[in-house]
Amino acid sequence: MTAVEKQSPIEARLAALDLPKGGAFGAAREAALARFTAMGLPGRRDEYWRWTDPASLNAPTPVVAKSFDSSDEAPVFNTIDRLKLVFVDGVFDAAASDAPELAGVEITRLAEAADIHWATGLYGSLEAAGQSPVARPFAALNTAAATDGVLIRVTGRAARPVSLIYVHKSEASDPILHHVVKLEPGAELTLLENGPAGARFNKVLEVDVAEGARFHHVRMQGRDHERRAITHIFARVGEGALFKSFTLTANGVLTRNEVVIDITGDDAMAHVAGAALGDGATGAFTHDDTVFVTHGAERGESRQVFKKVLKHGAVGTFQGKILVKPGAQKTDGYQISQSLLLDDDSQFLAKPELEIYADDVKCSHGSTTGAIDDTALFYLRSRGVPMDEAVALMVISFLADAIEEIEDETIKAEVLDRLEAWLARHRG
Amino acid sequence: MLEIKNLHVKLEEEDKVILKGVDLTVETGKVHAIMGPNGSGKSTLSYVLSGRDGYEVTEGSATLDGAELLEMEPEERASAGLFLAFQYPVEIPGVGNMTFLRTAVNAQRKARGEEELSAGEFLKVVRQKAATLKIDADMLKRPVNVGFSGGEKKRNEILQMAMLEPKMCILDETDSGLDVDAMRLVADGVNALRDAGRSFLVITHYQRLLDHIKPDVVHIMADGRIIKTGGPELALEVEKNGYAEILAEHGIEGVL
Ligand SMILES: Nc1ncnc2c1ncn2[C@@H]1O[C@H](COP(=O)(O)OP(=O)(O)O)[C@@H](O)[C@H]1O
Ligand SMILES: [Mg+2]
Repeated sequence: MTAVEKQSPIEARLAALDLPKGGAFGAAREAALARFTAMGLPGRRDEYWRWTDPASLNAPTPVVAKSFDSSDEAPVFNTIDRLKLVFVDGVFDAAASDAPELAGVEITRLAEAADIHWATGLYGSLEAAGQSPVARPFAALNTAAATDGVLIRVTGRAARPVSLIYVHKSEASDPILHHVVKLEPGAELTLLENGPAGARFNKVLEVDVAEGARFHHVRMQGRDHERRAITHIFARVGEGALFKSFTLTANGVLTRNEVVIDITGDDAMAHVAGAALGDGATGAFTHDDTVFVTHGAERGESRQVFKKVLKHGAVGTFQGKILVKPGAQKTDGYQISQSLLLDDDSQFLAKPELEIYADDVKCSHGSTTGAIDDTALFYLRSRGVPMDEAVALMVISFLADAIEEIEDETIKAEVLDRLEAWLARHRG
Repeated sequence: MLEIKNLHVKLEEEDKVILKGVDLTVETGKVHAIMGPNGSGKSTLSYVLSGRDGYEVTEGSATLDGAELLEMEPEERASAGLFLAFQYPVEIPGVGNMTFLRTAVNAQRKARGEEELSAGEFLKVVRQKAATLKIDADMLKRPVNVGFSGGEKKRNEILQMAMLEPKMCILDETDSGLDVDAMRLVADGVNALRDAGRSFLVITHYQRLLDHIKPDVVHIMADGRIIKTGGPELALEVEKNGYAEILAEHGIEGVL
């Protein structure tokens, strides 16, 4: 295989892919491929990859990952009346999915989009805009290479959440999914995502939230210990619109979740939150949240709330930035990243950044790392709560601010249930 | 019955001795009060009895109905019937007061081999007990002690005590920071729990709480020891004359 030896890493990566051509998104894909080629694969010398090694994401093929049997628990989001769309190892499974019919919502499978489609101009455009000032090569690669995903256009108030379920079956699956969600003015949608998707998952979600529209996103990344994931959310938030996203991550060798939010309309609100639980005893655990919020309009409110609970050598990273552009007066930007280290082996790395070019703004950020408060633990135990349960309560207490970002009470209860189950499985 | 014998305690981290031979017996069904100047070791005694980290017992014992407390984990002491109402109740954001109470009640029941209370039963009992302490539904729902006033925190401690039905209740400065009305509520809550099978150790700096919770026995603690024991009249004497005279009798000086 001398031919392979001559390839550069980026050529090798591309050679492993079957790049789609033509159709509604042909031009967008070509442009993305050019972007990706120009950027190259990320390395640890890149400012935002210093703490997370991208090698296993760069490799032409994924590290094999056993799929995890989680049938000891009820299916995630089972308590919620939702429209289910199922992907198995990154391929849409119509038989396992509900009919994609929902009043006020138009759903098309990416692979089946007609040559002339409402998403033509949007597909890849938010990703492209989100490439500066920080390059996000895996997102460009995704736009160029994704063959499946959903295109969702919301014109009214969706009666039910749309639930994307990612099943992981094959040990070497390498799914690349790209979703586009467009909320027309005043529309409202809740999008749920859950599951590991594959051995190595690359996903991009582009969300365009028009004036006065409301978008809620809740995701749980699955219990597979061995999976890897690189995900991006690119959101554009218009005047008076609301964008809210929450992610629960428990398990997974490597997870990097990037969120890029562009507030383009006045009086808009964008909240993004994450709760990650890592136990190195069940396999390596590296979790990285990289978030970039840009205020480009007046009176915008943004919140970043990221919490990580780490033990047995788990590593957590948070890189978060608030950029306030000139003229984005009365911006209210908030960012908090915290880790709770349950032992001395674990590590939390944080890079909080503020860059402000407007004078009348209120922005704050904070980052803390620490152990469970002894006094609180003693208080609980003095009431008869055993050590393990007291620790679990303190973990829930620690994560509460992030979970509070979920508005829907039923969904919040689901997330709490999963969290408690994880804690029960990972005592000591 | 709580029996403390010759209890010596030092700080784990430094060579500071705080309790220097405490002897104290609280018979079942009785209310004992401990008074004493600040820094005399009253809170330390309550923490050591309930099992807080950071202290080292160098000598002595403390038993509850014959069982050695000092060898148990804090949660085991609780299940054995010991309860400490904290001088500074702890705030636990994100954990509902009700969830906390139910977790505690059921953990203790489980530890004692009793059946857990169903959500319905629990709710009924808690509502009724909360009402007598003027704790409203909102306070029950809110995170443990978060945003509670000083008085609300102390009432919440008494509610926990009422729910857990301990045999031995230690109240550490439960009156501090309370106005007269709040103190009456707390005292009424405590008095409602007085029972032939339940004992109390009421730690207080002031006599006024003892107007409401009438003690059977009053102890004066100073410099890590019980230096004087008497009836309720001892509290009145302290109120009138301060600690100086009693301390001087025992050769202890200090700014009070
Ligand atoms: N953890 C601690 N670290 C340092 N000093 C302590 C600690 N706990 C108690 N002490 C000291 O021990 C003495 C007794 O304190 P405490 O038991 O709180 O007294 P009281 O409750 O009677 O006011 C004081 O001098 C106090 O400063
Ligand atoms: Mg004290």
